[in-house]
Amino acid sequence: MTNLPTWSGYLRPDGRKGIRNIVLVIYTVECASHVAQAIAQGENDVHVIGFPGCYDNQYAIRLILSLARHPNVGAVLAVGLGCEYTQAAKIADVARQSGRPAEWLLIQDTGGTRTSIERGKQIVTTLRRQIFRETPRVPMGLADLTVGCECGGSDGTSGLVGNPVVGAFFDRLVDAGGTAIFEEIVEMIGLKEIMLERAASANAREQLEAAYDKAVRYCQQVRQYSVSPGNFAGGLTTIEEKSMGAIAKSGSRPIQGVIKVGQQPPWPGLWVMDSVPDDHFMMFGYTNPNDTEGLMDLISGGSQLVLLVTGRGSVIGSAVAPLVKVTGNSQTFARMSEDMDFDAGRVLSGLLTLDQAADELGDLIASTAAGTPSKPEALGHREYFVMYKHQDAPSTEQGCRK
Amino acid sequence: MTASCFKIHPKDNVATLLDDAPPGIVTTRGSDDSVILTEAIALGHKVALCDIAADGPIIKFGVPIGTASQTIQRGDWVHLHNCRSNFDARSATLDLHSGTTTDMRYD
Repeated sequence: MTNLPTWSGYLRPDGRKGIRNIVLVIYTVECASHVAQAIAQGENDVHVIGFPGCYDNQYAIRLILSLARHPNVGAVLAVGLGCEYTQAAKIADVARQSGRPAEWLLIQDTGGTRTSIERGKQIVTTLRRQIFRETPRVPMGLADLTVGCECGGSDGTSGLVGNPVVGAFFDRLVDAGGTAIFEEIVEMIGLKEIMLERAASANAREQLEAAYDKAVRYCQQVRQYSVSPGNFAGGLTTIEEKSMGAIAKSGSRPIQGVIKVGQQPPWPGLWVMDSVPDDHFMMFGYTNPNDTEGLMDLISGGSQLVLLVTGRGSVIGSAVAPLVKVTGNSQTFARMSEDMDFDAGRVLSGLLTLDQAADELGDLIASTAAGTPSKPEALGHREYFVMYKHQDAPSTEQGCRK
Repeated sequence: MTASCFKIHPKDNVATLLDDAPPGIVTTRGSDDSVILTEAIALGHKVALCDIAADGPIIKFGVPIGTASQTIQRGDWVHLHNCRSNFDARSATLDLHSGTTTDMRYD
């Protein structure tokens, strides 16, 4: 990555640029999920997201709407059953207000399964033709890119090389004027002072301290820290040890502040995303029920591309934004090369320096941004997971989220 | 080929195994030191680089990542059986090899 890469992106009406041009089908209750999945089945560039319950949760709606207005999304079809709380028509309205073509249908009004699927496929075909024809193509570079990263299935190599290689790439991204988001405040436990020292401002320091203290209270309350059996089996002994490895993925640049799920960073640079439920309803919902939830959070912050660092190996992908999977464990890469995009373990075996690996990862990210499918993408992975929880989302105008 | 381990920070009293290693000598990447493993240690797991007293800090990345729950000898495997978290009390109850919980009922 000696020369800063550029590629051709998709310009959205709000000025943001996407690296994909997809139609997003959104279902508003589990009862509509079969129809929504069938509408997207066999269609190119049509992804599905949705949530399970006949339940109005502000957090989940904010998350869904941030995905409906995501830079990789060109058009939206909202699919409801017809009697649930969440309103498909309102989701389509919000997408239209953002300048995107959007439609909605209610299954109970349209007919049964087959009729609704046929109607949905007609709508999706029309929307796809429209965005294919009308979306302006524009030059794009690292300064236009937001990349999110989390780690999952970590082992002893993740903190040694997997996360540090991503951290070195994040430094390059931030220096080029781009935006980097990392997650998992529950994986900063034990490192309060180290985190606070990296705050870019007094305001950011205050946000980090509040988010850290909340995460500790949360883990104490639910009696579960963010370490899994596979982490322990892979050689990590304590949450503090996992945290030190996890934080390495943030690189070394100052932290601009804390955003919550569904919020975009108000300016470029390095940001932390807080996905922990707020105190007033802390026991409702979960912070990190699985890796897919974390990736959806990062995508909701506007990440056009996401990274998962996994020492143990993983076979997930993600809807809306392509996932690039990095492992620091060359054994895992060899065993699961059909799923793993990048072998950072070569740094441990002396084949590459950390800087060379970060440059190579940067080239892979640029080529994925330019349209080359990542491995999970090519395999057809489009996982999504929308959690219900309670989080307030103050204005982002001051870059202030307490 | 002799297995090797990696000491991240000069202050560390543990190193991470870069290979699955049987008992015996392993070299330390980035220095002339070596350490004799008292038991087999798997890739990604930690070996004690010096004797560590009970209740002494386990140092990795240059920071305390836990506390010795018993006396640890140089060359020992450092894991759930002899190192406890300063935050997460439950981790000391996990199965040493699989990391699975022992307090969840499946009946």
